[in-house]
Amino acid sequence: MPAQPIPDTPTDLSPGFIPPAVPQSAARPAGTKTVLQPDDIARVLDRIAHQILEKTSGGEGVVLLGIPTRGEPLARRLAERIAAFAGVEVGLGSLDITLYRDDLRTQASRPLGRTVEPAGGIDGRLVILVDDVLYSGRTVRAALDALTDLGRPRAVQLAVLVDRGHRQLPIRADYVGKNLPTAAEEQVRVRLAETDGADEVSIATGSKTSTGGTS
Amino acid sequence: MIRHLLSAGDLDAATAREILDSAEQMDAIQHRQVKKLPALRGRTVVNLFFEDSTRTRSSFEIAGKWLSADVVNVSAKGSSVSKGESLRDTALTVAALGVDALVIRHPSSGAARRVTEWVDCPVVNAGDGTHEHPTQALLDAFTLRRRLGELAGRHVVIVGDLTHSRVARSNVLLLGLLGAQVTLVAPPTLMPAGVHSWGCTTSWDLDATLSGKVAGDVDAVMMLRVQRERMGSGSSGGGKATVGYFPTEREYAINYGLSPARLRLLPEHAPVLHPGPMNRGLEISSVAADSPRSLVLDQVRAGVAVRMAVLYHLMAGSDEPGRAESSEPRQLSGEGVGVRA
Repeated sequence: MPAQPIPDTPTDLSPGFIPPAVPQSAARPAGTKTVLQPDDIARVLDRIAHQILEKTSGGEGVVLLGIPTRGEPLARRLAERIAAFAGVEVGLGSLDITLYRDDLRTQASRPLGRTVEPAGGIDGRLVILVDDVLYSGRTVRAALDALTDLGRPRAVQLAVLVDRGHRQLPIRADYVGKNLPTAAEEQVRVRLAETDGADEVSIATGSKTSTGGTS
Repeated sequence: MIRHLLSAGDLDAATAREILDSAEQMDAIQHRQVKKLPALRGRTVVNLFFEDSTRTRSSFEIAGKWLSADVVNVSAKGSSVSKGESLRDTALTVAALGVDALVIRHPSSGAARRVTEWVDCPVVNAGDGTHEHPTQALLDAFTLRRRLGELAGRHVVIVGDLTHSRVARSNVLLLGLLGAQVTLVAPPTLMPAGVHSWGCTTSWDLDATLSGKVAGDVDAVMMLRVQRERMGSGSSGGGKATVGYFPTEREYAINYGLSPARLRLLPEHAPVLHPGPMNRGLEISSVAADSPRSLVLDQVRAGVAVRMAVLYHLMAGSDEPGRAESSEPRQLSGEGVGVRA
């Protein structure tokens, strides 16, 4: 997939500006609440990019591995920002965890995502896993297993756009875009321009139709 | 999702594409340090082979092992089958050992489907008589897709011993599902009964077909093996085996073999496929088999990735309560399906 440009945030910032309505808003269940707008997501990613540069002493040896589906575009956006802020080219790849899940026996097979090893591999490098939502922690556990089969990184860190709590495993993120206290019945929905046509993070109550963010 | 893979007709277009896409990801494992995925850890796959096979059995074995399943091979030779055990008893015995999936090859058409009536686990048909060989069709489609891109609108010519070919039947179904056009070429004696209902163009003239005069320009040609072992009882007597189908092997090679001259009739981009094992000098010349346009070894390599994808799709979620049975299968006519226990 070719690298895609960062989508423009709304340019009209005059006081009376109302962001254009999200297309699906009419069809949404009543209990849906938007928590991050496109410009919030952009700011959050700016901050994470700066934090990565700070915490890794300038991004030396860093590899960003996005977990499909939505971790991939997030990792790409972070890499673009790091390049813009510090002029550093960090490694970029993706890591599909489907075959490492712990519920393969009981869940019907799902389509596989792409695993793309960054040029130069991951041996001896600082791998930062990138995902949209941190929830039970099981996706990250699977990702750690998957990493072992790809090579031996110097260290592994985790960056997520949203941490919604309810961990079932001893896992925490190193970089968090937004902490979002949620109830277990609620659904956190992340939409990104690259995969869903627009940037938005929202919470829905009770509906099980969420397309992402259950990890 | 399907429970068994018995026929390429069990698939719908979306499932077929999903398996091919998964195979694309599975194929990447060949370049990795650790060729192992944990998807089927703790599961057991039995390869039950009542017929000789090199590539199918070994690629099913590798596929299972790369997905971390425990793989057991049972072949007719050296098992209780040679003591006269029936298919049903053998299948039940193997199932009683606690098997999670059964891969079966059998000389009788319909054997795999019959076995699904006796065992509870997913069953993969790895070739049943002259009926079907769905994973071969999937790996052919995978190989073709890599070379040509999407197969919708492509024109594939299948040449040779169609009557005895399970590969042809599965390919006709799958290529049709993926939107490709298929032309079948064989001498009249090797054209299957009922072929007119298969929805393909048929021809007896290989030269005209390859040069695009029968059904338009050709995007790929698949040569099939002349299956001497299925051509009557004289199988030990060399040329006599083909009695009734064509006068001599030499005549067959001249009329239906992929000679260097016929290779030149094909458009530049069109690859050559052969499911193997090849009879060099009979249905395919060494020049064609070893040319850069030959995808024979790509097909073998694709076999592992495609069979990994098939095992994954059948076995993931197989513990799910109330998993639906597969719907009514599509069948090609001209093939009697019936195996007695």
